[in-house]
Amino acid sequence: MSLTGEEVKKIAHLARLSMSEEEIQPLTRDLDNILSLVNKMNQTDIGAVAPMAHPLEAVQPLRDDVVTETNQRDLFLQNAPQSLMGLFIVPQVLETEE
Amino acid sequence: MHNKTLAALSRELQAKKISSVELTQQYLQRIQQHNPQLNAFITVTEERAIAQAKAADARISAGKATALTGIPIAQKDIFCTRDVKTTCGSKMLDNFIAPYDATPVEQFNSAGTVLLGKTNMDEFAMGSSNENSYYGPVKNPWNTAKIPGGSSGGSAAAVAARLTPGATGTDTGGSIRQPAALCGVTGLKPTYGRVSRYGMIAFASSLDQGGPLAQTAEDVALLLTVMAGYDPRDSTSINQSAPDYTRTLNDDLHGLKIGLPVEYFGEGLDPEIARSIEEMIRVVEKLGAKTSKISLPHTDLAASVYYVLAPAECSSNLARYDGVRYGYRCKDPVNLEDLYKRSRSEGFGKEVKRRILIGAYVLSSGYYEAYYRRAQKVRQLIRTDFLNAFKEVDVILTPSTPTPAFNLGEKMTDPVAMYLSDVYTIAVNLAGIPGLSFPIGFSQQGLPLGGQLIGSYFSEPKLLNIAHRYQQETQWHSQIPPNFK
Repeated sequence: MSLTGEEVKKIAHLARLSMSEEEIQPLTRDLDNILSLVNKMNQTDIGAVAPMAHPLEAVQPLRDDVVTETNQRDLFLQNAPQSLMGLFIVPQVLETEE
Repeated sequence: MHNKTLAALSRELQAKKISSVELTQQYLQRIQQHNPQLNAFITVTEERAIAQAKAADARISAGKATALTGIPIAQKDIFCTRDVKTTCGSKMLDNFIAPYDATPVEQFNSAGTVLLGKTNMDEFAMGSSNENSYYGPVKNPWNTAKIPGGSSGGSAAAVAARLTPGATGTDTGGSIRQPAALCGVTGLKPTYGRVSRYGMIAFASSLDQGGPLAQTAEDVALLLTVMAGYDPRDSTSINQSAPDYTRTLNDDLHGLKIGLPVEYFGEGLDPEIARSIEEMIRVVEKLGAKTSKISLPHTDLAASVYYVLAPAECSSNLARYDGVRYGYRCKDPVNLEDLYKRSRSEGFGKEVKRRILIGAYVLSSGYYEAYYRRAQKVRQLIRTDFLNAFKEVDVILTPSTPTPAFNLGEKMTDPVAMYLSDVYTIAVNLAGIPGLSFPIGFSQQGLPLGGQLIGSYFSEPKLLNIAHRYQQETQWHSQIPPNFK
């Protein structure tokens, strides 16, 4: 099985990455090589093995439903590329009716 | 002073033979002098270090010191530090100042250590050579034409060149042990869940684990004693108290059973490394240990499984870098999709993008069962191999890497060749067990070689004990790179 440039473009869109036409071909080759390494695991018979999610079979711990964090909005917004009146600013999302 | 171990420096500080300010100034000066050749640090926190050193001296005078009070250390730039830049080696986080401290940063602060700076690393900890850093590659202090290993290459190089007595690292597939081996230092990847991941920027959450790097097993034990423990802020942290890792360092090795997995000594292993392992075995046998051959039959599938699971987890962890809340944002986005796509494409480097794409592919509709699910099952087989082995032996000994440090640029055009330089370290992360790499000799070319001890869950005291006893008999760990004496 080998990956096509079209498939790579589709995955790139899913991952919200933009790729130039010149990048696609070498990237497709690299990804294909990585997938050949990965496909080696298909040679083994796995039978009824249970999938492993956590090395120590730990389960998600639950804490009491109480407030533990204080509001630090201004501190967090200091890292924002653009903010206004306590909000993150992004390009306009909704189209205006004309 | 810089040729002393962290343990020796600790004793001198406690005895007030030296002050933390003197010690800190000396390391800062060494960093200033030597870092330009190595590029081991991304940020040097000079002012903060002096202030922390003064506070440490006051604490020592007041008789309230811990074993590490006044000791300078370096943090890998993946651990969030309040008021200091945390870049994770990426353009994406070049301007990021974390609003909080990672748990290990907090732990070292309360122990009274001095932060010298943040060390260089492969971007988002993805890499085995440190060449994937936005801040340029780190050089190996033993030969600056060689790579130091990765992703904790800055930490390993800084310890090797004696620019810091100890440093932190993180290990997802070998990122502490592989650079430790290639730079001639001692580095431990603890049991998954032993060191908190809170504030440690995530790459592959089911595999990532923080740990220390230093000259000796004793130094690593001192650092681990500070870092290990339960943290309710990390939901995968293990709720089990951690021992003082220095107490068991001198335990007797008589009757210890060491397994040598045949799969780790086959084709592809550098003959000089194989010879050094044989010599190492003779030393531990003299100390009373017994060795036997064992088998870990699914070893050759570890890299395949890893390159499904690690990229899958990376693609979802790195989805948060969207150019909206923090980190890099592209110039003049025309709409939201353009903002996402260009911020991510301009902010991430090549290898990070490759892994995000592999991850997105294996998780995409129709492929999940064939890749992710299957990989989780094979992961179980790899773990079972280890658990079966530990019914017969106490610990496992392997080489840390298949070869000594390779040339800068040598594997940059072939991602798969780069991935396979971690072939001996990956399985340990998949199983979630601890692994310790330590110096066992040098190649003809003068490059350090590393051996790896692997134990079952929570066996860190045993691994450190064996390495410490070995280091009492050998001098490999006390060698300093000629240009950094």
